[in-house]
Amino acid sequence: MDILVLMKVVPDVVEELEVGPDGKSLDTSFLRTIINERDDHALEQALLLKDKHGGKVTLLTLDAPDIDDVLFTALAKGADRAVKICGVESVQSTQTAVKLFGETIAKTPGLLPVDLILTGVSAIDDLDGLMAAPIAQQLGWAYTGVVTQVALADKTATVIKEFAGGVRGEYEVPTPAVLGIQAAEKPPRYVPVAKVRAAMKSMTIETVDAPAVEAATTVEVQQMAKPQVTGHAEMIEGSPEEVADKICELLAKRGLI
Amino acid sequence: MAGNIWIVAEAWRGQVSEITFELLALGREVAGQAGAPLEAVLLGSNARELAQKLGAADSVLYADNAALADPVPENFATALAQLIKEKQPAAVLVPLTNLSVDVGVVLAAQLGVPFLNYCKDLKAEGGNLTATCVLYGGKMEAAVTASAKPAIIGILPGVRPVEQGRSDKAATVTDVAVTLAAPKVHFKRYLESEAGDVDITQKDFLVAVGRGIQTKDNLDLAEDLAATLGGAVCGSRPVIDQGWLGLSRQVGKSGMNVKPKLYVMLGISGAPEHVEGMKSSQCIIAVNTDAAAPIFNVAHYGVVGDALEITPALTEKIKAKKG
Repeated sequence: MDILVLMKVVPDVVEELEVGPDGKSLDTSFLRTIINERDDHALEQALLLKDKHGGKVTLLTLDAPDIDDVLFTALAKGADRAVKICGVESVQSTQTAVKLFGETIAKTPGLLPVDLILTGVSAIDDLDGLMAAPIAQQLGWAYTGVVTQVALADKTATVIKEFAGGVRGEYEVPTPAVLGIQAAEKPPRYVPVAKVRAAMKSMTIETVDAPAVEAATTVEVQQMAKPQVTGHAEMIEGSPEEVADKICELLAKRGLI
Repeated sequence: MAGNIWIVAEAWRGQVSEITFELLALGREVAGQAGAPLEAVLLGSNARELAQKLGAADSVLYADNAALADPVPENFATALAQLIKEKQPAAVLVPLTNLSVDVGVVLAAQLGVPFLNYCKDLKAEGGNLTATCVLYGGKMEAAVTASAKPAIIGILPGVRPVEQGRSDKAATVTDVAVTLAAPKVHFKRYLESEAGDVDITQKDFLVAVGRGIQTKDNLDLAEDLAATLGGAVCGSRPVIDQGWLGLSRQVGKSGMNVKPKLYVMLGISGAPEHVEGMKSSQCIIAVNTDAAAPIFNVAHYGVVGDALEITPALTEKIKAKKG
């Protein structure tokens, strides 16, 4: 059972984000990036399926400043092969990323065939699309998104998709298929730093040149800014004790305690 | 603007979803600005009576097909693509719910156009559509022009009040036909919400924990506070993904929609997916170490500080007050 996992990095929103000089994009000079959280879940789901059924898990990413750490961590967790698409500027458009991934998957020897392509269902920078559905369309494969469980048997993936209010749906998806993963069945596994270092010594990251694709043009950012604050919380300041006192007071005033 | 403004009505398990009315309210404004009619599209099987509820639209297209009985996004997208090719709308507004987002992305993929995502507002000006989109977990907003024909736009829940999109007016419904082949993906069954130990939608007091709670052991602090208030603990997505709380305790897009008297948030930054499930709470108090966390734009009261220090202090004070 072979699986291809598509991953990308996104800005770490724990850090302060600033708008760049063009007024239309993030200031990248001090930007710290991390793996897209949903892609991390897609990787975990792939590894869980490998644990159960065997087979190979291959990672495919776009080159980015911190991407090698992400890939070696994934290899240390149990992925078999890592490939990064090089020669691309910082890709700000999901549509462009879809074209780069799609072309690379179709044209790079050895990436296909696989039973499943897994990727995060969404990312915090997915302005002009989500990855999985258009990649499935390009390949002519089945697609399901917002997936939280995957069971594989006999050319069929039985998947659970989330709706709202805790209600979920069970679907049968013929393989090969592209799935947009919302959450893996288990939290992403932890891997000790020593194992990552060992992977750095014993494993390699393959590179492929980015295919020539036209940049997406029908969605144009005119301006980017921090959200205009329409209403802001009344801030409570002081030591933890003082803050607790003040909250207690306001709860009493509102008749809540 | 050439072409109608469409909203894709979401009907689920025999009911029109509330977000449909939010989209109707937004669509009404956009259609007015564009000088174009507002048209709602409802797809379903034996669901024509639901189309009558969409009177806020100038007209409703209703497609009835047995293949539209179950939530198979491919069928809904294929049906919409057929209608779009025939009717040539200028824009198609799609609810950003777990149910409808797949319809939107498959539709956009079939048509080869972008799916404009995370839209929290939309206007038509000078023949263009300008969307305000929420990026980076709510930390930035982008003003974006969408020039694809049609523009497929995913609209976040909460875009307008539900009541604004309701109308007593009987809708003008036109039946339209769609042709659907067997889909690749088959819907098997619904799995109902897992019965939890508590129903958080019924609680007056909720203590919500997020990533900032750091470890599962720290949940005890939240449990103590919730017990003191006479409420329950709930959580945002990362806490559920970690397995620290069960699915029945999740608030937000995939989880529950709650409206308690008091919602205390410990270490939750305020991503749109969470906010949509709790924004109607009567009193919201947020504790977060990040002064720039978007949740402070939603909460009534905010504390920049460490929830792990403030929570036990607050629990003790409330205990003392209650005697």
